[in-house]
Amino acid sequence: MLQVARWRVILVLVVTLLGIVFATPNLLPESTRNQLPSFLQKTINLGLDLRGGSQLLLEVDVATLRRSQVENIQDQLIRALREAEPTIRTARASLEGDVARVRLVNVADIARARPIMREVGRTQTTAGGDVLEFTEAADGLVEARMTEAHLRELSRQAAQQSIEVIRRRIDPDGTAEVSISRQGDDRIAVQAPGVSDPEQLRSRIGQTAVMTFHMVREVSPEDQAAGRIPAGAMVVQPYPGIGDSPDVVARRPEFTGERLTSASPSTDQNGAFVLAFRLDGEGSSLFCRITQRYTGQRFAILLDNQVLTAPTINEPICGGSGQISGNFTAESANELAVMLRAGALPAPLTVIEQRSVTAELGQAAIDAGTKSTFIAFGLVLLFMVLAYGLLFGGISVVALVVNGILIMAIMTITGAALTLPGVAGLILTLAVALDANVLIYERMREEARAGRQPALAIEAGFNRAMLTIFDANITHLGAAFIMLNLAPPGPVKGFAWTLLIGVFTSVFTAVLITQVLVAWWYRTFRPKKLPIS
Amino acid sequence: MWPLIKLLPEKTNFKYVAVAPFLCVISLLACLASIYLTVVPFTPPCGGLNCGVDFKGGSMIEISTAPQSVDQNALRSLNDIGLGEVQVQGFTDPTAAMVKYETPENMSSDEAQAIMRAAITERLGEGVHFGRADVVGAKVSGELFLLGAAALGAGITLMLLYIWFRFGFTFGAAAVTALAHDVILTFGLFAVFQMEFTLVAVGSILTIIGYSINDKIVVLDRVRENLRKYKRMPMKELIDLSVNETLSRTIITGVTGLMALGVMAYYGGEALFAFAVSMFFGIVVGTYSSIYIAAPMLTVLGVGRRDNFQTSEDKKKNKPKGDEVYSHP
Repeated sequence: MLQVARWRVILVLVVTLLGIVFATPNLLPESTRNQLPSFLQKTINLGLDLRGGSQLLLEVDVATLRRSQVENIQDQLIRALREAEPTIRTARASLEGDVARVRLVNVADIARARPIMREVGRTQTTAGGDVLEFTEAADGLVEARMTEAHLRELSRQAAQQSIEVIRRRIDPDGTAEVSISRQGDDRIAVQAPGVSDPEQLRSRIGQTAVMTFHMVREVSPEDQAAGRIPAGAMVVQPYPGIGDSPDVVARRPEFTGERLTSASPSTDQNGAFVLAFRLDGEGSSLFCRITQRYTGQRFAILLDNQVLTAPTINEPICGGSGQISGNFTAESANELAVMLRAGALPAPLTVIEQRSVTAELGQAAIDAGTKSTFIAFGLVLLFMVLAYGLLFGGISVVALVVNGILIMAIMTITGAALTLPGVAGLILTLAVALDANVLIYERMREEARAGRQPALAIEAGFNRAMLTIFDANITHLGAAFIMLNLAPPGPVKGFAWTLLIGVFTSVFTAVLITQVLVAWWYRTFRPKKLPIS
Repeated sequence: MWPLIKLLPEKTNFKYVAVAPFLCVISLLACLASIYLTVVPFTPPCGGLNCGVDFKGGSMIEISTAPQSVDQNALRSLNDIGLGEVQVQGFTDPTAAMVKYETPENMSSDEAQAIMRAAITERLGEGVHFGRADVVGAKVSGELFLLGAAALGAGITLMLLYIWFRFGFTFGAAAVTALAHDVILTFGLFAVFQMEFTLVAVGSILTIIGYSINDKIVVLDRVRENLRKYKRMPMKELIDLSVNETLSRTIITGVTGLMALGVMAYYGGEALFAFAVSMFFGIVVGTYSSIYIAAPMLTVLGVGRRDNFQTSEDKKKNKPKGDEVYSHP
C-alpha cells in the first residue's frame, strides 16, 4: 500500500491538472475568458433559479382549437345519427363560430334525432353538466353550441398537454431544469436557464411535427388546377425534399400522431430508408378499422400539413406498426423520427411575449448563499487542520479542495445545469468525501493504538476503511442512477446528477489523493509514530 | 493539545443498547405524530405541509416603476402580508418585475390581488404601474411530483437491496427502518414549524437520506466486522462496542457537518435558511437513528451469526477468537 504504483501518481496528477484547467475559467472575469481557446470558454451552466435565463409566454391558439373541436362534434353528431337511425337523412351545414350545425333533411325526424344528439353531448369530456346546448330551428337545422365552461376546460387541457410536449422538446434529458408552468387558462410560461436569447428557445418550441392521417380525395389534375375540389377537402403540398406531388385530402384527419408510441428510422427490404412507427392500443385498433374500411383507397400521411407519402391501402393493417416510405435519406429519416417522438402539440401555440429574466432568487439571496458557502467551506477546512494537525489535516484539505475543483470541472464540461437542489447534492458529496477521510484517519489511529507500526497502521487504515467507503458510495451511485433514469425533469434529477458526479470525484480524491500523499510523506520521513495517534 | 483529536478519549464504554427500547418508543411516537401532522388535512398534494407556489400554484402580477428601477429590497417585507412566501423576480429591464404570491383558500383571487396591489403601492409609492395579472399553475404538476416520489422510492429500495446483498437482510431492514424514521421526522419538522415546503426542501430531504444512509453503513459495517472478530460476544455488548469504536468518527464528521450548516443557516439568507436548518436537523436525527435504532434493531431482528458471518474461509482456517482475527479484503 505504501508502494504506490507510478501510474496512480500520474493519474492523480493528470486528473488534478485537467480539473484545474477546466475549472479555472469559472473564476476568471469574462473579458479574460474570451481570450482563451474556445474549448476553455465554457463555464458552469447555472440553473434558472441561480442565474436567470429567457422567458417565453405562449398562448394556446383557442380559435383553432375551437374550430377543430366544432368540426369534431359535427362529425360525431352525424355519425351517431347514421349509426343509430340510418333512416334519418342529414346534411352538413356550414360551421359558424362555436356552433356545430347539422341539417335534418326531413324536419319530422327531429323527435327521433333529439335523444341521440343529446347523448353525444354527454360523452364529451368535462366533469359535470351538459357541455352542448342545442337549438332547433323550424327548418330542421340543429345547432349545438359548446358552453363557455367546456371551452375553458378544453383550452386548459390543451395548455396542460402542451406543457409536457414543450418539456420534451426543449429539455429532452431533463437536466437543464426548464421551468414550465400554466398561467391563467390558456397560457404557458417557459423559463429556460442558460438561454440568453429567447429567440433560440422560441425556435426549439416551434419545431412542430404534427403527423396526421387523411383519406385522399381522388381529383383529376385538371380539376385540382382549376381549384374544383370537393367540400371538406383541401389541397396539400408535398413535404419539402420527401413528398412527391400535391394531393387533395379530406380536411379532417382520420387520426393524429398523438397515438404514436415510437418512431425510428429504418430500412425496407430494398435498403431504402423508411420511417418505422408504432401506435398505442387505441391507435392500432383505430388504424385497423380505417384500413379495413378503406382497403383499395389511398390515404395520405401529412407532417405539418404537408404530404410525406400517400400510399394505397393494400390490406388491413392491424399489428399497430407500420412503415412510411418516401425519398428519405438517413439524416432526414432520423430527424423526422426525433420530431415525431417529441409529440404533437394539441393546438398551435402563439408567442405573446419573450424576454430575458433574472434569477428567481434575486441577487442579494445568491450573494448571501455564496458567501455563507465559502465561510462554511473554510471553517470545515480549518477544523480538519485543528483536529488532525497540519499534515493529516492538510492532506484532507488538499483532497477536499481538489474534489471541489473536479466537480466544478465536470459540471463545466457536461454543461448540466446547477440548481439549488443540485447544490444540495454537492454539499452531500462533500460531506461524504470528508467522512471518507475521517474514516481512514480514525482507522489508522485505532490500528496504531492496537500497537501496530506506522506503516502497518497506515496500510490497515486504508484497507479497512476502503470497504466502508466503497459500500457507502456504491449505495449513493445506485440511488443516483435510479433517480436519473426514473425521475421526471426537475429537482430530483438535478440532485441525482450532481450526486453522481460527486461520488466519482469523492472516491478519487478522498481515497487516491490521500493515499498518494500519505505514502509520499511516509517514504520521505520514515516516522516512528503517526502524528494523529 | 494539538491536534485536537487527541482530546477525544481513546476508549469509551457507553451503553447504547440499554436505553434503546425507551428511545425507540419515543421515536415511534414522534414518527406517528409527524405522519399525522404531515398528511392531515387530507388535501392533496400537500396535506399538513406548507406548500409554496412551486407545488400549489398561485398568482402573479407584473409591476413597473419606470423610469426608476424597481426597489427589490423594499418588496422583501411582502412576506408578512399573509399571501405566503412572495417571490419577486426581475427582468433584464430593471424598471419591471414580476411578483408571485399565493392565494389563501378563504380569499378570492381578486381580493388577494387587491391586497397585493395595496401593499406594493405602499412600499414603492404611487409611481408604480400594474401590468398583467394572472393565475400561475404549479411548477411541479401532481404527475411530476408522484413520478419524482416514485423515483425516490425506487432509489431507496435499491439501497435496501444492496445492503441486503452486502450485509444480509437483517442489516438492510434495520438501515431502511432507521432511514424511514429520519425522513418521516424531517417531514414532521416541516409540518410542525410550517416551514415553506419548496423544491429546495425536496433537495434537503434527498440530502438527509444520503447522509443518513452513509452514517448507517459506517456503523453497521463495524458491527459486521466485529461479528466476525468476536464470535461469542453477546449481541448487545457487541453493538455497544461497535458504536463506541466508531464514536470518534461520528463526532468529527457530525461536528464538521453541523458547523458548516450552522454557518449557512446564520449567514446564508432566507434562501438557504430552511435548507440549512432541515439538514442540521437531519444530521442530528440521522446520527441518532444509526446508533439508537439501526444498531439495536439487530438484536431484535436477530442476526444469524453462524450462517452469515462465518465465511467458508473462516471455517477452514478455524482461527481462535481474539483481536487478531480479521481478514484483509
